[in-house]
Amino acid sequence: MGQPNPTPAQVAARTTPRAVGQQVGEQVTGAQSIVRSLEEVGVDTVFGIPGGAILPTYDPLMDSARLRHILVRHEQGGGHAASGYAHATGRVGVTMATSGPGATNLVTPIADANMDSVPLVAITGQVAAPAIGTDAFQEADIVGITMPITKHSYLVTDPDDIPRTIAEAFHIASTGRPGPVLVDIAKSAMQAQTTFRWPQELALPGYHPVTKPHAKQIREAAKLLATARRPVLYVGGGVIRSGAADVLRRLVDVSGAAVTTTLMARGAVPDSHPQHLGMPGMHGTVPAVAALQKADLIVALGARFDDRVTGKLSSFAPHAAIVHADIDPAEIGKNRAVDVPIVGDLREVIGELIPALEAEHAKVGKPDIEAWWHQIDTWRETYPLGFTSTDDGHLAPQHVISRLGEIAGPDAIYVAGVGQHQMWAAQFIRYERPNTWINSGGLGTMGYSVPAAMGAKVGAPDRDVWAIDGDGCFQMTNQELATCAINDIPIKVALVNNSSLGMVRQWQTLFYNERYSNTDLHTGHGTVRIPDFVKLAEAYGCVGIRVEHENEVDEAIKRANEIDDRPVVVDFTVSRDAMVWPMVAAGVSNDDIQYARGISPAWERED
Amino acid sequence: MSRHTLSVLVENKPGVLTRVAGLFARRAFNIHSLAVGPTEHEEISRITVVVDVEDHPLEQVTKQLNKLVHVIKIVELDTEASVQRELLLVKVKADAATRSGVLEVVQLFRAKVVDVVPDTVVIEATGTDSKLDALLTALEPYGVREIVKSGTLAVGRGSRSITDRALERVRSA
Repeated sequence: MGQPNPTPAQVAARTTPRAVGQQVGEQVTGAQSIVRSLEEVGVDTVFGIPGGAILPTYDPLMDSARLRHILVRHEQGGGHAASGYAHATGRVGVTMATSGPGATNLVTPIADANMDSVPLVAITGQVAAPAIGTDAFQEADIVGITMPITKHSYLVTDPDDIPRTIAEAFHIASTGRPGPVLVDIAKSAMQAQTTFRWPQELALPGYHPVTKPHAKQIREAAKLLATARRPVLYVGGGVIRSGAADVLRRLVDVSGAAVTTTLMARGAVPDSHPQHLGMPGMHGTVPAVAALQKADLIVALGARFDDRVTGKLSSFAPHAAIVHADIDPAEIGKNRAVDVPIVGDLREVIGELIPALEAEHAKVGKPDIEAWWHQIDTWRETYPLGFTSTDDGHLAPQHVISRLGEIAGPDAIYVAGVGQHQMWAAQFIRYERPNTWINSGGLGTMGYSVPAAMGAKVGAPDRDVWAIDGDGCFQMTNQELATCAINDIPIKVALVNNSSLGMVRQWQTLFYNERYSNTDLHTGHGTVRIPDFVKLAEAYGCVGIRVEHENEVDEAIKRANEIDDRPVVVDFTVSRDAMVWPMVAAGVSNDDIQYARGISPAWERED
Repeated sequence: MSRHTLSVLVENKPGVLTRVAGLFARRAFNIHSLAVGPTEHEEISRITVVVDVEDHPLEQVTKQLNKLVHVIKIVELDTEASVQRELLLVKVKADAATRSGVLEVVQLFRAKVVDVVPDTVVIEATGTDSKLDALLTALEPYGVREIVKSGTLAVGRGSRSITDRALERVRSA
């Protein structure tokens, strides 16, 4: 993990098509060809579950010395684990499942990886080629089902196609804008004899990701950045995917601009950096949201102007010129019109932008942005991130998460589910390094945390990996605790247990007259506690710790950190009335951000 | 809204039409017509798509299409700088009393009769969308029984071929 993650460009360079040498092919079965191909492409871990149509492949898999197969308890868990592994390592995550229901259970993690640009390869068994299209037992057209949510997909019926297809799948998943690739392989192809040859020549005439930015566009961007009076760098997850955090740090310093990191980019710039204003968007900090609204220049780096960031699009950053750099040309101009489009790998884009900016500074001097920083500092003083203590005597969830961040520190990896706990974890933990914050941003997949934490821990075994989960999310995928306990994957779970579907409940409080329709989960303090999470943890071979009072919080976190031989679940029973603030309500202008309930910043006085 | 004709060169692989058509549906772009067929190179198929979109969504649809791994090249064909044709087969009522009137319309539009029975004829015509519309309007009084229309096919005027460079890519890959 000490090594920076390879950029898509580097990966592309590594896997540049090589000529097929004179190597003699090995006579193998299709199943053996799959295992050999995975070995050759550099896979070390596969998260999966066998079943009828993939069964032939599991036989040679048992003999592989290079592939560690981790038997998960549900395919969705396997998919998210592969995604967590990819997040933590920067390498392609691999999941394997059988046909029909095995494959359809992968739909959620594949969609999740597609939204968050996670390099993932899913290998699924398909019914025998002659049976395809006959509604055979456990047949599902998984290529058709996943077409809208994969970067690319393959149906393999000829065993001779296996090595090339797997080579292409890994190349596509890991280069350009990373994403999920599905390889669906007919059982008959696994059982047939074939010749295995490696390396493989890739045949992708329509796939040419542009990594090198256009020099003229870089100069234009530098000119704008050198003269803007209210510049903001809007940093998205692309910076993390391209391994550009280190060069970005230099751009931040050279430009002097304000920086915001989106939900997908937390950790791309250290939270301790004085120019860092935190997260923008629906639950972003007031300074980050305000700075984007008032900016005269936004430099978007690997960000996609998502509705959760922009609020009502037509009133987003009305005075700002836009520089938009992304490796995916389709993101540029998709939501917001752009003044300077830059297509390229962020690492190369930022690497070239720095000297161009320095050259502009040498020509025209550094811009005077003192007044801008004065205004930002006023926002920071007036509207710091914070929370109020609870009225019901129960723990404040924000306190639990803050303490966790303090005690586990910036070297741990934090993996969230989706909901209030996710937002608090994005807000109240201070991230100092990339790839230490893992969550489901685009799809918002409840249940992501436990399996993704499992995958992250496998990919980064020397780091403490904390799943931060809600009681709702946890009940969707906690079966993977069994996988963790049996396979010596000692993750830690901080369960922020407010006995309800907290974020939905918050919306019911704010927008549905406190009518709490179907959000009570009966898992918290003073309820029947079904299930009892401590007992559940113990049943799964984990240590279960319950925390109900503030004076127990630190001790429990420390105790969990000391346990390294099995997973730990800490059930923090917290107040259900705590809400996530600040908040921009859905579909509303970012100008109408509420710092706390009913409290909106008065912009006019500051303008 | 304005009408645009896109020539999409794709690898001749199974499922490629589904990927292209699915993308239009998924991104809420409205296909007016679509035609697909082989080209002079067996590795390449050509899809001609006519879409009704604003300019900005057109750029977005082109970019999204370009992301499909099997899509090799997309060219927008301007109506002025290209030849665009549709094929129409229409079955029209034509008995002894009306047949000569129908045949007169056929001649006027330089169409052809390709099937005759005592009470109907089948007419084949090619042309632009507007010419075929005019033909149908002229035939309507006689009683149109069935209409079959192909999607638009389009090719750029002049000597340049848009497939040449695409082929280089396929061959060098």
